[in-house]
Amino acid sequence: MKGIPFSYTLRNLWTRKLTTVLTAGGMALVVFVFAAVQMLDTGLRQALIATGQPDNIHVTRRAAGAEISSSVDRTQAGIVETQPEIAIGPGGVRLVSKEVVVLITLPKRDTGTATNVTTRGVGEAAFELRPQLQIVEGRAFRPGSSEVIVGASIAQRFEGAAVGSLLRFGGREWRVVGRFEGKGSAYDSELWVDAEQLQQSFRRNAWSAVVARLVDPATLPALKERLESDPRLTLDVKYEREFFEEQSKALSNFISYLGLTLSVIFSVGAMIGATITMYAAVANRTGEIGTLRALGFRRSSILTTFLLEAVLLGAVGGVAGVLLASLMQFVHISTLNWQSFSELAFSFALTPRIVVLSLGFAVLMGLIGGFLPAVRASRMGIVDALRAA
Amino acid sequence: MHLLKLILRNTLRHKLRTLLTILGLLVAILSFGLLQTVVDAWYSGAKAAAPDRLITRNSVSLVVPLPVHYRDKIRGVDGVRSVATANWFAGIYQEPKNFFPQFAIDALPYLAMYPEYRIPEDQLRDFMRDRKGAVVGRKLANTYGFKVGDVVPLKGTIFAGNWEFVVRAIYDGAAPTTDTSQFFFHWAYLNESVRARAPQRANHVGVFVVQVSDVARAAEISKAVDAQFGNSAAETLTETEQAFQIGFVKQTEAIVVAIRIVSFVVIFIILAVMANTMAMTARERMSEYATLKALGFGPGFLGSLIFGESLAIAAIGAALGVALTFPVSDWFAAQMGTLFPVFEVSASTLWSQAACAAVVGVAAAVLPALRAARVRIVDGLRAAG
Repeated sequence: MKGIPFSYTLRNLWTRKLTTVLTAGGMALVVFVFAAVQMLDTGLRQALIATGQPDNIHVTRRAAGAEISSSVDRTQAGIVETQPEIAIGPGGVRLVSKEVVVLITLPKRDTGTATNVTTRGVGEAAFELRPQLQIVEGRAFRPGSSEVIVGASIAQRFEGAAVGSLLRFGGREWRVVGRFEGKGSAYDSELWVDAEQLQQSFRRNAWSAVVARLVDPATLPALKERLESDPRLTLDVKYEREFFEEQSKALSNFISYLGLTLSVIFSVGAMIGATITMYAAVANRTGEIGTLRALGFRRSSILTTFLLEAVLLGAVGGVAGVLLASLMQFVHISTLNWQSFSELAFSFALTPRIVVLSLGFAVLMGLIGGFLPAVRASRMGIVDALRAA
Repeated sequence: MHLLKLILRNTLRHKLRTLLTILGLLVAILSFGLLQTVVDAWYSGAKAAAPDRLITRNSVSLVVPLPVHYRDKIRGVDGVRSVATANWFAGIYQEPKNFFPQFAIDALPYLAMYPEYRIPEDQLRDFMRDRKGAVVGRKLANTYGFKVGDVVPLKGTIFAGNWEFVVRAIYDGAAPTTDTSQFFFHWAYLNESVRARAPQRANHVGVFVVQVSDVARAAEISKAVDAQFGNSAAETLTETEQAFQIGFVKQTEAIVVAIRIVSFVVIFIILAVMANTMAMTARERMSEYATLKALGFGPGFLGSLIFGESLAIAAIGAALGVALTFPVSDWFAAQMGTLFPVFEVSASTLWSQAACAAVVGVAAAVLPALRAARVRIVDGLRAAG
């Protein structure tokens, strides 16, 4: 004998609309939280991966961890610059940018909250080294002048950071001459100025970091080995991408742990909801189940039907939750990144992997929630079930 | 009396369903309480701030240091009682994940300004005598098993190199909300090492903590302090300790907002579960309600029956959830170590848990009660569950 038709399951869900909506709604919220947290984590990772170029290296003082606490003096930077692995750009200059990173405080436009903003003093090769950066308004700063260009997210969120306005920090005024976009990278949350100018105004005589392009990215291990064992240098040499990934580690861990804990706790609630619903469905249909069994449907068919109903509930909740979560793609988040101690803007990113995971999670919740009731339904004796009706 | 009995009997009719609903409520109320406590922990620094303490930092940013000689100028400002310095050290203890705040302080004035850190007198004397000495908080000492006399090695990030400190004193908090996860040592020790390695970075401090003699004059004194250094190489920004702490929280506001939203989502989830239970219960009993109506009971009686049952379930779930909040938050705080310096379930959290449960109990009963009140006797009697 064939299984019970699928339309039976569908109609059952349709008949008790309020219950179906409430149960699936609860699951949708859980899936929403589950998906949103993963999207946030992915968005953060994407921002920081977009920041690092695969063939760039990033050099900081040993164990400094972040650019703001690093200092690389001129002699050390010079040694790094002259390594044979480093690429030579058009015009015969080495593709090296010696950079100074300081934090300044700017008020946010909407709340007025004073927020730490990374200000990066860069060398002339910096734009060559970061091809993802594009000036979308105005022009680049002139080397040797007190001019500044702002990242897209800074221009949008901060007071007085629009092109043409004046910013005051480091004891002088800087004119905003351009706005750049960095394809969602962390540079979008930075100000860029001429490195020598920034060094002077903050009375620094060392660099924070040295960024360079390698001819062949595979030569990094050898270069790293040589530089890190050089007694004149106390430096950490890393792929740029690796460095920026580490910068977000604490924040990313926090988001994913919090998200995982919440998803697990919430899913308990939603599964209980599904169990209650399915138990009620089984109890209400005792007579029906008896009839089906009397007609010759097997225990396994009954089990499958009720499990299918629960899975369908989960799927409806899952689809609703993912749809809800996909709206979050239009939301941008900006927060303090603990490791760099400065503002970082990123958005929720929905990937196919998250969609599949969320739907799988929803179906799993339905399956677990519906399992016990379905077993009870399949175990009913024909005579007892028919008599109960 | 009969009404109560009826409600109780009704609640126990579907034991499994009631149990599951209570379980769901428990989980929701518990996680709501925990999330509220996390948000409270976020603001704990601002709450512990004393109104008579001001923080003076570099106006460019907190990470840019100030010359230490500013101390004498600040001390000279009218209304300033005492000035202390503090440097954020950011050392790594064994692994980067073992985070706890470390400050290099000028110990005498600093500790005098923070009477909420209680240090036994003999330990304080030992700490003052030992240049490499350190004072650690009780919570920090418990987390990593520091005892008086232990050597604590830290790897510097801002101040490069390996540093060793000897625990000379352990402080307790005057209140349960006092942060006892900090690590203090002598600024003189830091400065002398920095002078040997990077002379141009010596004689600089991160912030000045300024104690004022009259709280009412705090704003005026802040302005007077900043005026001293206007147009100098390092201009200052002075604000109350509370404003300074809130500045930190504000920068991570997005996370706090997200946690707040999520803690309300959990209430909605449980509302859906609870409303579902009540809707099913009411549907199954429609013929009973019709019978009661036929006997002459009014819609008000039916309403109180349904509301009573819903509230009873909500109350039991909430009571269990609230009771469990304490052990679970203790466990959570122990797992988190020193990440949250203060992790205390506040009275307002308990009230909001109770309020949420009450709202869920009432909201879940509204639709079923309306339905029962409106059903015509004939239709209700015909209904087959």
